[in-house]
Amino acid sequence: MSHLDTRAKLAILADAAKYDASCASSGTVKRTSIGGKGIGSTEGSGICHSYAPDGRCISLLKILLTNSCIFDCHYCINRKSSNVRRARFTVDEVVRLTLSFYKRNYIEGLFLSSGIIGTPDYTMEQLVRVAKELRTVHDFRGYIHLKTIPDADPALIEQAGLYADRLSINVELPTETGLNKLAPEKSAGRIRTAMRELKAGIDDNRDARAKYRSAPRFAPAGQSTQMIVGADAATDSDVVASASALYSKFGLRRVYYSAFSPIPDASAVLPLVRPPLMREHRLYQADWLVRFYGFAPSEVQDATDGGGMLPLDIDPKTAWALKHRDDFPVDINRAPREMLLRIPGMGVKTVNSVLRARRQRRLRLDDLGRLTRSIERLRPFVVAADWRPLALAESAVLRRTLVKPERSQLELF
Amino acid sequence: MERVVARSREPPGDDPVLTAVLARPDDIDGWRTVARRLAAGGVAGDTIVWQVGDTATDLLGGDVLPPGDAPMFTVPKEFLAVASRVICNRDAERFALLYTALTTLRTRPKLLDDPADPLVRRLYDLDKGVRRDVHKMRAFVRFRDVPDPEGERFAAWFEPEHHIVRLNAGFFARRFANMRWSILTPDECVHWDGELSFTPGATRADAPDGDALEETWRTYFASIFNPARLKVKAMTAEMPKKYWRNLPEASLVPGLIAGAAERTRMMIDAGDKAGMSNAAVQAGAGAWVRTGDGGPADALAELRDDAAQCKRCPLYGPATQTVFGEGPADAQLVFVGEQPGDNEDLAGRPFIGPAGQLFDRALAAAGIDRTRAYVTNAVKHFKFEQRGKRRIHSKPDTSEIDACRWWVDHERAAIRPAVTVALGATAARSLTGKAVTISRERGRPLTLADGSEAWITVHPSFLLRIEDKAAAALEFDRFVADLVAVRERLAALAGAG
Repeated sequence: MSHLDTRAKLAILADAAKYDASCASSGTVKRTSIGGKGIGSTEGSGICHSYAPDGRCISLLKILLTNSCIFDCHYCINRKSSNVRRARFTVDEVVRLTLSFYKRNYIEGLFLSSGIIGTPDYTMEQLVRVAKELRTVHDFRGYIHLKTIPDADPALIEQAGLYADRLSINVELPTETGLNKLAPEKSAGRIRTAMRELKAGIDDNRDARAKYRSAPRFAPAGQSTQMIVGADAATDSDVVASASALYSKFGLRRVYYSAFSPIPDASAVLPLVRPPLMREHRLYQADWLVRFYGFAPSEVQDATDGGGMLPLDIDPKTAWALKHRDDFPVDINRAPREMLLRIPGMGVKTVNSVLRARRQRRLRLDDLGRLTRSIERLRPFVVAADWRPLALAESAVLRRTLVKPERSQLELF
Repeated sequence: MERVVARSREPPGDDPVLTAVLARPDDIDGWRTVARRLAAGGVAGDTIVWQVGDTATDLLGGDVLPPGDAPMFTVPKEFLAVASRVICNRDAERFALLYTALTTLRTRPKLLDDPADPLVRRLYDLDKGVRRDVHKMRAFVRFRDVPDPEGERFAAWFEPEHHIVRLNAGFFARRFANMRWSILTPDECVHWDGELSFTPGATRADAPDGDALEETWRTYFASIFNPARLKVKAMTAEMPKKYWRNLPEASLVPGLIAGAAERTRMMIDAGDKAGMSNAAVQAGAGAWVRTGDGGPADALAELRDDAAQCKRCPLYGPATQTVFGEGPADAQLVFVGEQPGDNEDLAGRPFIGPAGQLFDRALAAAGIDRTRAYVTNAVKHFKFEQRGKRRIHSKPDTSEIDACRWWVDHERAAIRPAVTVALGATAARSLTGKAVTISRERGRPLTLADGSEAWITVHPSFLLRIEDKAAAALEFDRFVADLVAVRERLAALAGAG
């Protein structure tokens, strides 16, 4: 390998990291740099410092330590047999890059991952060294997310948790069949074991902190994972089932979906089609329904078609509502919170406002209009003091009226 | 600080109009003190004029403050929290709206519990606007280092929508507690050196105009972008264009979008694997990593930096930036176009708009690799006429062409290409120094004053203007044929040399 400067390495190692969807910098403890020696703060909600034209937010410096890898996973641009240019950062380079980006307010912190070089333990040790140096030498108080290596020594994972806000292990694919086919050297069992250990570590730490407030924090922003959608035969129904198992078993903060993306120098086993971005979006909506709207996973699955896929033209909540027309219209002045949350087009904030406002007086349609972005979408599904839909929820044409006309082309500018 | 005085003018009603003067546009404490007294005195909202700043000179009449011992009253905590943000909104009605809410609260203490009430809705919307602006400022401030013998120091230029500098100062102090920094804005500036201080508004010229690390940040931005998933609306929803001019990475966006389809196609193309990986690496990093071999590359880099300040003709005024040439310093082939268009002007790169995309197609059809050619323009600033919101291309005149010729000549002197191709009459004029009829000169080599070889052909935008499809296809083929002739000529020259 020729000598590359930091910027040339950055071009390669950021390019190699971009298939990881996570960029969250939220959900950790509050910290400031006041009274410290360094820089950095976390105040609850994350900040997206920029947006790329792919619509993804740029919150963290998301890079690999190296894109060399001893594994040969078909979907991965960095697999052993891939012909991409390889590069490797030194620990010091990553530390300096993180600090100098942070000082200019480009980022919230670092999301560091790596290809496996040498042994899993060696690789994990390198990742931990970066986090440790940032925290202990430079007193960096921004956000750190480390990807952990499933086969690494638990002692190393424990160290990682002391310095990082969040740890993550990717389950990679929604089903074990998919994983066996596309990532033959990875084992679903080992990935699950690693996630279980991480959960135990996080739980133990919570107990310890309940007893001793001075106990050091362990991964205060919890663990997350990512699965690739569209690289194997898994249906949306499979994905929802898999995600809900992950949430309940391992106490994950987030499951990220990444629409499989054609990669340079791809393996022949893969479909080489543009990713169904809308599918990814629908899966996130389904994920939200389970996490914030009180839907059971089985109810989300109920919104899928015969082939187990969520409709692409309407959102899953609307799809569910159209299958359960008997439950509508919902009276916004009387219905319980759970039912208000089921109204298509009604978000959690709107529901909270409705609940608050209706304690004062009976709400009319124009009251609701002031609380939501689009009253037109809600009309067929709600009853207000001065409004009752004309059996619209039963109308056969309803579905068509709810579908937004497709834009034929994206605008260039 | 605040004063409440009566004007001599009599309003239509019986009450005199009161003018309440606040120290600053976000002066919540002043507003609170005045509003409390006025409300306790039962003063109606429509008889109060709220003013910011010291306007004592045009005020007549004396104090009509209600007695200082007016009964105190309480309001919900939430109202104070909301008011402290709403007052930062630039909406001129904010003081009056808050006052109306304050007086209404005395009879309807649960007013805020009714978010569907039009007044409450209005306040919440103003609040939301401020909170969003606060969030965007935290996101989009870009510090640049300021040379300082005492050590590291940073400054940023930011243009907030609302009066949020003070509201937001604490966040930056908590985050960058051990750094010396300033944020300059048109309204007010904030500085931190272990403690906060505020100074009056500044101009962009007072802020540093660059930082050596920005190129690295731009490299990161371009590399983390996945061209296989283009969601431009999702991006602009969260990063509206009004913020772009102060974001060093934003000028890359049009180019990344324009190149995305091509890069995805290259990824999917199952053909030449090695070539594909190289192309992917180039697409990810090549465009702005200088070769840095100390020779022509440095000369070009220097020229580019100088050209960025060019004021040789008046076109620099309305244009966004100088659009300098682009390509390897050792290119054997140089293309000279007319002038940057709307897209190029914003992105700072030549030939990326509609004509540039047609140019790319023609090059591909002729088997010429654009990344190995140097592409530039006869005139480096966008000349246009403003029509409504649109900027309509306007042809440069000879004085502008001749003024800019200085740059073209130096670019060619640094690169020393085997062949230079003039695209269109403006480029031909720039290279030859005289008016040229394209139809008569195209398709054969000419010798320039410096002894080098030039070819002349049409400008791609000429092809875009032909409405008849068949005629356009014919002209496109002729254009490609000219390019093929150039490619063959280059090969012959390389063989001979």
